[in-house]
Amino acid sequence: MTSEAVNTAAGGSTATGTGTDTIVDAGTRGVGADVGRPDGVPKVQGRFAFSSDLWADDFLWGHTLRSPHASALIRGIDIGPAVAMAGVYAVLLADDVPGCLTYGLEHGDQPALADGQVRYVGEPVALVAADHPDIARRAAEAIVVDYEVSEPVTDAEAAPTAAPIHPDGNVFREIAIRHGDLDVAGEVVVEGVYEVGMQDQAFMGPESGMALPDEDGSVELFVSTQWLHVDREQIAACLGIDEEKVRLTLAGVGGAFGAREDLSLQVHLCLLALHTGKPVKMVYSRDESFLGHVHRHPAKMWYRHHADRNGHLVKVEARIVLDGGAYASTSSAVIANASCFAAGPYKVPAAHITGLAARTNNPPCGAMRGFGAVQTCFGHESQMDKLAAALNMDPVELRLLNAIGPGDRLVTGQLITGTFPTAEVIRQCAYAPEPEIPLSDDRRDLPGGSGRTTDAADTVRGTGFAVGFKNLMFSEGYDDYSSAACRVSDGVATITCACAEVGQGFVTLAQQIARTELGVDEVILAPAQTATIGSAGSSSASRQTWMSGGAVQAACREVRAQILADVAAEWGVSPDGLVLRDGLVVSLDGQQEALLAQVTAGTGYEADVEYHHAPTEALDENGQGNAHVSFACAAHRATVDVDPDLGLVRVRDITTAQDVGRILNPTQAVGQIEGGIAQGLGLALMEEIVLDDGIVRNASFTDYVIPTTLDMPDVTIAAFVEEPEPGAPYGAKGIGEPPTISSSAAIAAAVRAATGQALPRIPIRPADIALG
Amino acid sequence: MSDVVVARSLDEARGALADHPDATVLAGGTDLMVEINRGLRRPSHVVGVAQVPELRLWSVADDRVTVGGGVTYTEMMTTPLADAAPALAQAARTVGSPPIRNAGTLGGNLGTASPAGDTLPVLAALNAQIVVVGPDGERRMALDDFVVGVKRTSLRPGELIVRAEMDRPTGRQEFLKIGPRNAMVISMAGLALVADHDARAVRCALGAVAAGIPRARDAEAWVAERIDWDNGAGVDDAVAAEFGQRVAAASAPIDDHRSTAAYRRHAIAVLATRALKRAFAQGGSSDA
Repeated sequence: MTSEAVNTAAGGSTATGTGTDTIVDAGTRGVGADVGRPDGVPKVQGRFAFSSDLWADDFLWGHTLRSPHASALIRGIDIGPAVAMAGVYAVLLADDVPGCLTYGLEHGDQPALADGQVRYVGEPVALVAADHPDIARRAAEAIVVDYEVSEPVTDAEAAPTAAPIHPDGNVFREIAIRHGDLDVAGEVVVEGVYEVGMQDQAFMGPESGMALPDEDGSVELFVSTQWLHVDREQIAACLGIDEEKVRLTLAGVGGAFGAREDLSLQVHLCLLALHTGKPVKMVYSRDESFLGHVHRHPAKMWYRHHADRNGHLVKVEARIVLDGGAYASTSSAVIANASCFAAGPYKVPAAHITGLAARTNNPPCGAMRGFGAVQTCFGHESQMDKLAAALNMDPVELRLLNAIGPGDRLVTGQLITGTFPTAEVIRQCAYAPEPEIPLSDDRRDLPGGSGRTTDAADTVRGTGFAVGFKNLMFSEGYDDYSSAACRVSDGVATITCACAEVGQGFVTLAQQIARTELGVDEVILAPAQTATIGSAGSSSASRQTWMSGGAVQAACREVRAQILADVAAEWGVSPDGLVLRDGLVVSLDGQQEALLAQVTAGTGYEADVEYHHAPTEALDENGQGNAHVSFACAAHRATVDVDPDLGLVRVRDITTAQDVGRILNPTQAVGQIEGGIAQGLGLALMEEIVLDDGIVRNASFTDYVIPTTLDMPDVTIAAFVEEPEPGAPYGAKGIGEPPTISSSAAIAAAVRAATGQALPRIPIRPADIALG
Repeated sequence: MSDVVVARSLDEARGALADHPDATVLAGGTDLMVEINRGLRRPSHVVGVAQVPELRLWSVADDRVTVGGGVTYTEMMTTPLADAAPALAQAARTVGSPPIRNAGTLGGNLGTASPAGDTLPVLAALNAQIVVVGPDGERRMALDDFVVGVKRTSLRPGELIVRAEMDRPTGRQEFLKIGPRNAMVISMAGLALVADHDARAVRCALGAVAAGIPRARDAEAWVAERIDWDNGAGVDDAVAAEFGQRVAAASAPIDDHRSTAAYRRHAIAVLATRALKRAFAQGGSSDA
């Protein structure tokens, strides 16, 4: 086995190639082809095993007792009534955590089990293992916790000056971006205050998994997650054992969208399994799931845009406050993103942006699709429309006038060196033909839908436009590398990578890449696990196509080089004259060929690589620095019908164009775009965790509503803007997040256009329109 | 674990309930199973009635529609029952998704007695009598007397909802409901309105805006005098608007996580205005 570290500085000459690669095999089953996903048919037939389907002989069910209070001291816990119940095998408290009590993705401030204090409703307090899920639940209910309840801190703006609710204080991070001449003022100035509610990722598959103990004190965990290796690191620390003694395997993931970046039940399962010596399974109920994972940060944003009278942006001032909830999670990275991208994909000569992520007694917030860029996109796009109105200018023209691109600088001072076709994305979307959508005769196609509230005469139509962007991969100096191994034996390729398939389609892509690089058809994708392969990084930040795709590509190319070198030596030719194609080793002069299956019979060839993106740097005290690897943008145009008297909205069409680098699988690209827009529509119009003194009032799919097929309009993809990204494998950019970033803002703009109302908050509730 | 009896006839159901008067009745399970699965209820005895043929009956007469407690929402949406009680069909169409409507029943909607129960305003507006049987034989009562509070009924131990008998008036029927999305919603505010040309009456009942299912009787009486019953002319806009305000006065909404009292009151006024105008519009109605 060979091992190789590959570093692909943008534009550098390395083993992983650049975006100028020719995409081969389109039309077959390689990169660029419309290959169906291997897990697609089992999923629609109900045969796919999700993490909630795990089973083992003689296993126990785990259950978590959670805090009913947003803020309380724990004066005592009596586990006696639970322990006394028949069928109960273990009841564990904070004292039973053998290693480090706390964990966290960026700051380890969150206790695996509450230690004398609870800081949010739903915080885990005790664990039970029993031989039946109902007994486990009842035993948890039988535990008597003596709480001394106190007034919770629930206002993020007030939190920094409130009494600390955690030893680390109430500020996760404050950030200031100072760029250009801050004394400059525009001839036209517009101000606005905007708010975004707390969205949930609302994945379908609740948190679930199974831990199996081993006699040597190690533990095996099957779990749905976004990043196996970072889970392992945190679990091992809490268990107080070596990472090698914690083996994770990815179980079937029923959606993630950021909510599986943080630990939920991982430590709990392992604790119970090691304590009882039996396999332990947990499946959260839907209510529990809403309490058991982080949400999108609610935001409040103050904006002041300055422009000259021709519409050129002169300065952007903004203050952003995010409610991070009780524990750090990824708040410090989310507020950095929100701040870095607060001015939008525009050339902004001067900017003063301050961001605060505060700790409160609300549910913890962390990663969700768009990761900070969603909130500020609603802010900057609302401002651009307001500015266009003040200038008496077409809002699309205003955006085109200021669109950022290669050679321009972000407000962080970073020079754009890769592709960033903002203007083209705007043009393709905004100037696409307007869909012809007649007002329906059927009330079910109008606002209110099946409720029959609205006739065509009760509606007004509006169209809105928005553009947004964000970074691809992790930022601020983080080396979120990926690892992959390739083995070719008997003509069959086997790819091993710990990349978490969370629905995004990496399993399809990894096979496509191997086919393209090795000229084979049959590609086996080994299970994602931690035992034999290194970290793949997180399935988030629109990064896996680039990072794990890059690792798979590099591993395949390394194996290809080994094979060609051996064959070339045997044939007495240069390896440069040989290629792998259709299961053959072929000389380009057509004189010689050999079956790959024969060449690789018996011993086989293998390579194991680490793939790194170009290094980035921390932001300095003025928020300046080359903090990001690459960027992707998208634009959305929404057409809505609104019933202003009742405040009901029907989205009729979303037209979009997206900066994708290169499309590696057209159907999967469409899937990401449609799904991302649905999530954006949800945030614009209906999805919000409703809190009352820190208590979640709608922890169910009855009351946390997400779009149905009657809410989701047709999506018109006006264009995939394909400008290959230098340094990216095949030139492809991640495409998962941009569809969610500006679709919410476009819908809000459309509702404003229809009603003439300001609507400074999303989701827009019926009362906001009808009584606004 | 619950002790479950699956009744195959009305007599079996009555017998099982006589044995365990505190038993929980399970019909389509679209409310009960959610509560059980969430751990909110743990009934010791359950009597399943989905297999009781007598409860699945419905009938249409010239002036009367009778719907068994086991009739599903999907059946309510299907002709000829849907033609005989159009507002019931409209309300049924707003419940959940197709699988839920295939399972959920009229009796279940009554038994749950949520203020947001979608068929309940229709039953109230159609002067429905709720027929129940129990140890003491059969009782019948108006919806007002059946629903006595939020998720509270006047059912006595051992009693079972058998059917609802409702008017079949000659005029149009309208059910309108507001939710936070275009389908599969719990009502934020709902309203049923029927025009009875023979009786020269308008009947209007409200959902999700009070502890019970209020009839807007003052508004009904007020508007009945302002309808041109003889010539069939449409309703004047000002009358419709005033009617809306008067209907809204019959609501007693609250603020909760689904909406605000102010919006609900406002929405009821808008819905009532629109329902009245539709019910007396000249020409046809515009949808199913």
